[in-house]
Amino acid sequence: MKTIKLLSLSILASLAFTACSDDDEASEIVNEEEVITTLTATLVPGNSTDTITLKTQDLDGDGPNDPVVTVSGNLAADTTYEGTIVLLNETESPAENITEEVEEESDEHQFFYAISSGLNATTTYTNFDSNGENLGTEFTLTTGAASSGNITFILRHEPKKPNTGSEDAGGETDISATFSVVIE
Amino acid sequence: MRIYALMVLLFTSITSISQNCNNSLSGKVIDLHDGTALKEAMIIVAGTEQMVVTNSDGTFTIPNLCNQTYAIQISHPFCSTIGFKIKVDGDTSKVFKLEHHLEELNEIIVNGKSQDTKLNSVLEETISKDKVEQFSNASLGDVLNTISGVSSLNTGNTVVKPIINGLHSSRVVLINNGVRMQDQEWGVEHAPNVDVNTAENITLIKGAGALQYSGDAIAGVIITEPSKVFIKDSLYGKTLLSLSSNGQGGTLTSKLTKSYENGWFATIQGTLKRYGDFKAPDYVLSNTGAFERNASLRFGVNRFNYGLEGYYSFFKNEIGILSASHIGGAEDQVRAINSTVPLVINNFTYALNNPKQDITHHLARIKGFKKFDGLGRLDIQYDFQQNHRLEYDIRVGDDADKPALDLVLKTHTLLVDLDSKLSEKITLKSGLSARYQDNFADPSTGVRRLIPDYEKYDLGVYGISTYQLNSSWLIEAGARFDYTYMDVFKFYRTSFWESRNYDVLYPEIVVEEFANQILTNPEYDFNNLSATLGSTYLINDDYKLFFNYSMASRVPNPSELFSEGLHHSASRIELGDLQFTSEVSNKLSLTLQKKSDVFGFSIQPYMNTISNFVTIEPTEVEQTIRGNFQVWEYRQTNAQLLGLDIDASYTFATNLRFNHQFSLVKGYDRTLNEPLISMPPVNTTNELTYQNPKANNLKIALQSEFVFGQNEYPNNNFEVYIPETENWELVDVSTPPDAYHLLNFRSSMDFSISKSSNLTLGFNVTNLLNTSYRDYLNSLRYYADDLGRNFSLNIKFNY
Repeated sequence: MKTIKLLSLSILASLAFTACSDDDEASEIVNEEEVITTLTATLVPGNSTDTITLKTQDLDGDGPNDPVVTVSGNLAADTTYEGTIVLLNETESPAENITEEVEEESDEHQFFYAISSGLNATTTYTNFDSNGENLGTEFTLTTGAASSGNITFILRHEPKKPNTGSEDAGGETDISATFSVVIE
Repeated sequence: MRIYALMVLLFTSITSISQNCNNSLSGKVIDLHDGTALKEAMIIVAGTEQMVVTNSDGTFTIPNLCNQTYAIQISHPFCSTIGFKIKVDGDTSKVFKLEHHLEELNEIIVNGKSQDTKLNSVLEETISKDKVEQFSNASLGDVLNTISGVSSLNTGNTVVKPIINGLHSSRVVLINNGVRMQDQEWGVEHAPNVDVNTAENITLIKGAGALQYSGDAIAGVIITEPSKVFIKDSLYGKTLLSLSSNGQGGTLTSKLTKSYENGWFATIQGTLKRYGDFKAPDYVLSNTGAFERNASLRFGVNRFNYGLEGYYSFFKNEIGILSASHIGGAEDQVRAINSTVPLVINNFTYALNNPKQDITHHLARIKGFKKFDGLGRLDIQYDFQQNHRLEYDIRVGDDADKPALDLVLKTHTLLVDLDSKLSEKITLKSGLSARYQDNFADPSTGVRRLIPDYEKYDLGVYGISTYQLNSSWLIEAGARFDYTYMDVFKFYRTSFWESRNYDVLYPEIVVEEFANQILTNPEYDFNNLSATLGSTYLINDDYKLFFNYSMASRVPNPSELFSEGLHHSASRIELGDLQFTSEVSNKLSLTLQKKSDVFGFSIQPYMNTISNFVTIEPTEVEQTIRGNFQVWEYRQTNAQLLGLDIDASYTFATNLRFNHQFSLVKGYDRTLNEPLISMPPVNTTNELTYQNPKANNLKIALQSEFVFGQNEYPNNNFEVYIPETENWELVDVSTPPDAYHLLNFRSSMDFSISKSSNLTLGFNVTNLLNTSYRDYLNSLRYYADDLGRNFSLNIKFNY
C-alpha cells in the first residue's frame, strides 16, 4: 500500500518535471530607453554669422566604440555666443529628444561647464529650474583673447541645489563631454 | 495513553495504608529499542506525591516507600508518558522501558542525511540552534561568518554572501531543507534567499567532497536543516523578538508544531524583519534599510520505515542599497573615494528608495522515503523553485519606477537517493538527479538584459562508499558525473560582437541582425567529472585525523559567459566571454582534531589548485558619453589557494571558557604570478565566556574580532582626467582598508514560566566601542564606513 503511494508520488513528480519544458520562443530585443547617445551644443554668436556646433556621438553606448567628437570650427575672439544643448537617444528611430526629459525634471538636473585655464572664455546660465536655480541647457559663452583649451559639459542628476559649482553639487554624472576648441 | 496512566493512578492511589515505609525503589529507565539510558525522565509516584528525575545514566532512587503496590508514571520529553504498577517489597529495583522516538526520528524526518555524517573525511562544522537563534535578526551569511575559514562578501550590511576558504558565489552550494537553492547566486550582490529562522542547525562542509549534493561546490556546501519533530501527541512552538538600536527595527519570528502519536505532524513558521537606515559611527547610511517577510509550512507523516513530507516556503526581501554608492563614471568615483563622508547623507528613514532590490523566492518540495530490507533506504524528492529578482536603479521620466533588472528563474529538480549498507563495514550512497531550469529576463525594463534568456538541463549520477578498515581507519571514496546542456538566446551589441571577433568565430550562432544588435543562440554541452577520496584515522580517544582529496568541476555561470555592459553599483563595465570552459578544482585538506572537555582544538590546512579559474580584472578605461568607466573582463587562469583554519577552546574553571579562531588564506594567480583579488584578510576571533547554570543559566561573553589589513592584492588603480581641476587623478580601487578591531558583548538568562514553557532574555552589543572601520570585502567600502554600535534586546519564548 505504502509502496503504491510512494510510486504514484514519484510518477506525479516526474510528470510535473517533464510537463514544464520547452516554451521555445526567441527573446525580444531591448532598445535602451534612457541612453544618451548624442550631445550637441550649438553656439550662435551675437552677429549670427558663424554658428559653431560641438557634437559628441556614441551610438553603441557602453559598447567598445569611443564617442565621435566633432567641432565645426574655431570660435571668434571677444564674442558672446548664445548656447543651446540638445541631448538625443539615437538608438531609437526616430531619435528621442532627452533634453525635454531633463527640462521637465529641471530641479533634479544641472549642467556644469568646465573651461580649462588656458582658454579665455566664461559662461553664464540663461535658463533655470522650477525653483529659479541654475539648469543650464541654455547658456551664454563669452570669449576673450585668442587662446586654446577644453570645454567640458557635465550633466549631473540629483545635484545639491543651489551650489557653488560641480565639486560642491555632488550628484551622479549623466554626461561628461569634453571638446577641444580654439579661439582666434 | 495519558488517560490510561491517569486511570491507573486513580485506581491505585486509594490503597495507601501506613505500615513499614523505609523501603526504596531504585531502577533505570531505558529505551525500548536499543537499551540506551534515558536521562531526565520524570517519575511520579501516585499517592505519595514524590517526584524524581533520572540521572545521566538513566538511574533513579525513590526513598521512603512502604511494602505495597504503587502506581508510577514515567514521562520523558521524547517519549509517550506511560504508567506502571510496581510492587515494593523491601528495597526494590527494576528496569523500565520507554519507547524513545528520537533515534528513529533522526532518520525519518530529516532525509536520512541530516543527522548522519554527510562526509566522513572532512571535519563538518555545525552551527547549533542556540547560535542560529542569536542571529535571528541577521542573515545566513552573518551566521556562517562565525565559523573559522568563512568570511562574507558584503554589499552594505544587508546583502551578505558567504565566502568559504576564499571562494564565493557560484562556487558555494547551498542546500536549504534538502533543496539546492537556485537563486541567481552567481551575482556578488545576490545574498542567499533563505530565512535563517527556518533552520534549526546549519552544517558547513568545506570543499567539494559531499558529492551527494553536487559536483561543483569548489568552495563548499552549506546545509540548513529544519527541526526534528517528535512522534508524540504534542503542540509546541517558540516566538523570538529581537529589537535593535542600529536600524531602529526588529525581527519577529514564530514557529508552531503540532505532532501526533501516529507520526503525522505539521509546522508553520513565519518571520518579519523591518529596519530603517543603519548608522555608521559618524553618520546615517542613507537608504540601507530592509523589509523581509517569510513564511513556511511543513507537514507529513513519519513512520519507522517510511515517511512522506511536503514543504513550502515563501521568502520576500526588499533591500535598500546605499544612496552614496550610486555614481556615474570614474570622475564620480574619484569624488566618492576622496570624500571622507558619503556623498549622500539624509535623515533617518524607514523608506526604501532606489536603488534597491526586491526579491521573491518560492520553494516547494515533496519527498518520501522507504526502507527496504537488504537494499537500504530509498529517498525520492521533487522540488520547484521560482526566484523573482527585481533591481531598481535611479532612473528618470516615465521609467523612474520601472525595475532596471527583472529576472525570473524557475527550477524543477528530481532526486533519487539510495543509502545502503553493503556489509558490516561497507556503506554506499548512490543517486541520480535531474534538473530543468528556465531563466527569463523581462525586456519591458527598457534596459538591455544583464543575463540572457536561457534554458538549462542537468543530469547527475553519483556514488560514495565508506569502508571501515579497522577500529581506527575509515576510508571513503566517491565519484560523480554531471551533464549540462544550455540553450541561450543572447543579444550582443554589434560593435562588441565584432570587436571580440565573434563574427568570424561564431557566424553560425547568429539568429537575426538588427540595427545595432545581433541576436545569437549559443548552445553548450558540458560533461563534468568530480571525485573524492579520503580517510579518517582515530589516533586515540582524544585525537582524530581527517584527510581528503576532492576534485570538482563547475560550469561557468551566465554572468561569466554573457556579461556585456555597465554594472551600475560597481561603476564599471563588465565583459564575459562565451568561450569559457569548466573550472576544475583539486583540493587537498587535512584536519587534526583534539576533543576534550578542558582543551580542544582543530587545525585545518588546505591547498586548492584550480585550473580555468574564472576571475574578473580591469583591462582598460572605456570612454563613453557618460564619462570614463573602467572595463573589467572575465578571464580564465590557473589559481591556487593556500590556507589554514584554527579553532581552539580552553576551559579555565568550571564556568569560564576561552574560545579562539584563526583563519588565513592566500590566493594567487599562477599564470600572472600575482595575488587574486578579494581574498579575505587574516582574521582572528577570541572570546571569553562565562556560564552559570545555577543563576538562571546566565551566559556572558565578551568577544574580540581582529581583521588584519590585506597586504596582498593586485593593483588595479587607474588615472582619470578631471576637467574641472585639469588634473589626472588616481582612482584607487585597489588599496585595502586598514586593519580593524571590534569588541562585541553578549548575555542571556533563562526563566522558567511553567512546566512546559520558558523565557530567554538576551542583551547584546556589537561594535561596543563604536569603532569606525571599512572592510576589504564590502563592495561599498569606497563610499561609507561600516556599521556602528548596535544594542539589541532578544526575547525568546518557548512553549
